[in-house]
Amino acid sequence: MKFKWQNYNAAYLFLSPAMTAIFIFFFLPVLAALVMSFTDFDIYSLGDISRARFVGFSNYIDLFKNPLFWKALGNTGYFVLVGVPLSILISMLAAMALNSKMLRFKPFFRLTFFLPVVTTLVAVAVIWRYIYQARFGLLNYLLSFVGINPVDWLGNPRWAMLALIIMAVWKGFGYNMIIFVAGLQNIPETLYEAARLDGANGWQEFRNVTLPMLAQTTGFITITTLIGYCQFFAEPYVMTDGGPLNSTLSIVLMMYKEGFKFWRMGYSAAIAFILFGIILIITLIQLRIQKHHEI
Amino acid sequence: MKFKKSYQKYGLYLLMFLAAVLTLAPFVWMLSASIMPEGGANQFPPRLFPKTPTWEHYQRLFRQMNIVRYFLNSVIVAVSVTFISLLFNSMAGYAFAKYRFPGKNKLFKLLLSAMVIPAQVTMLPLFLMLNRMGLVNTYWGIIIPGMTSIYGIFLIRQYIMSIPDSLIEAARIDGATDFYIYLRLILPLAKPILVTLALFTFMGSWNDFLWPLIVMTGDSMYTLPVALANLMGEHAQDTELMMAGAVITILPVLIVFLAMQKYYIRGIMLGSVKE
Repeated sequence: MKFKWQNYNAAYLFLSPAMTAIFIFFFLPVLAALVMSFTDFDIYSLGDISRARFVGFSNYIDLFKNPLFWKALGNTGYFVLVGVPLSILISMLAAMALNSKMLRFKPFFRLTFFLPVVTTLVAVAVIWRYIYQARFGLLNYLLSFVGINPVDWLGNPRWAMLALIIMAVWKGFGYNMIIFVAGLQNIPETLYEAARLDGANGWQEFRNVTLPMLAQTTGFITITTLIGYCQFFAEPYVMTDGGPLNSTLSIVLMMYKEGFKFWRMGYSAAIAFILFGIILIITLIQLRIQKHHEI
Repeated sequence: MKFKKSYQKYGLYLLMFLAAVLTLAPFVWMLSASIMPEGGANQFPPRLFPKTPTWEHYQRLFRQMNIVRYFLNSVIVAVSVTFISLLFNSMAGYAFAKYRFPGKNKLFKLLLSAMVIPAQVTMLPLFLMLNRMGLVNTYWGIIIPGMTSIYGIFLIRQYIMSIPDSLIEAARIDGATDFYIYLRLILPLAKPILVTLALFTFMGSWNDFLWPLIVMTGDSMYTLPVALANLMGEHAQDTELMMAGAVITILPVLIVFLAMQKYYIRGIMLGSVKE
């Protein structure tokens, strides 16, 4: 028996709270931000909105002329392009170890690697700020055993971003690890047996069975991790405030400072939309690749 | 051959043990530094364990730093966001899963494509709107944007779609109203997804930073992460105090996670198999 609801009213009633909230507090602000990004909305417009004027694309043009914005873009690119592959690699290795038949105490290891994921990022950034401390920090102390001289991790423009990346990878790899473990468990054992019969060694098994079978999982993980890393904010906010010499200024941190410190909200909105554009491009590439896979 | 196997095995254990130590070290150091006497964490060589443990930093946080207030702010906000969003999302998810109505597909597609938009885009106008409404620096300032999540609606819809229509039909023939069916049939059946989402929402809200930082403009309304970041500005030298603050911030989410680990892991899997 085909079942049909005739009662639209009930459906609209069920939808109305969520849809009202989404339209008023999500879609409307998105549109408003777009409009704002074409105005010179600043601290004076906060009190009297009529003070804001349309300025066309000049916020965007100013941004692209602003070396600081390029710096923030470059820093974010560095963070993403080094952090994402590193994070995925470590997640995959950890997942393979967790999936190994040789290993016992798996729940312990899984829990351990997962703990940083659920802890508060701000608290973690605070802890690591002291770990990176040049004179008394734990890291430099440990490195001294292998003969490495103290590094001023967060005070040196050369190392600060790398320090943030290491922390972000430590914080996040457990999440993708869980997804990889599930992906590994979905690979039929018979494929490995067949590979072994053909005389494949460990590396060849990995290269010709594990990696291709994980392709879809890896694709998904890459996109979500990329998008997450593009939005990094709390790490530099807590640990470096974007310094030294703006070497850890991220796009979102710049957006925050322009918008909520200097109250140049039109300018800040333009930064937000450029971030949106970047994320949109990443997502579109993903959809494109997915389509190719389906065909 | 056998020798090679055990060699590999010990290698694996060694690596995993090392990785576990590296992963846990920051937490261990945080705990131990939080009970060191003042200046104890700024020594060379660093001590892993305090010589004379003390609670003074926790006492200071409780007595002078208003930490109870921040803790309550975090609890109030996270609990409200979790309950309200679960209610709104489950209602909408049910409508999308089991009703036919004009505009359904268009609306759903609009919501799905909106998931690409990063939340940061909305923050400037949202702040201005809430400011106009007098809701900046109130709990509502955080609760209102957290009331719904498109992703939550999507997950609940997927789950409710798997509930057989015949159950709803039977209830309807028995004379149950739409709302009664939602409350007494759908919600209990959707409990697994609701628990998982509740956990994710609670922890996400507890750990959230950027928006609470923007909208909570007055000291007494700070959530724990905002308070901790702010404390960092004033007391960066008090390593031990900061670590005690970090412990208090982390502990609640850690306990919630440990108690409900399996729901959390299941949530990750739900998210990763979407589409």
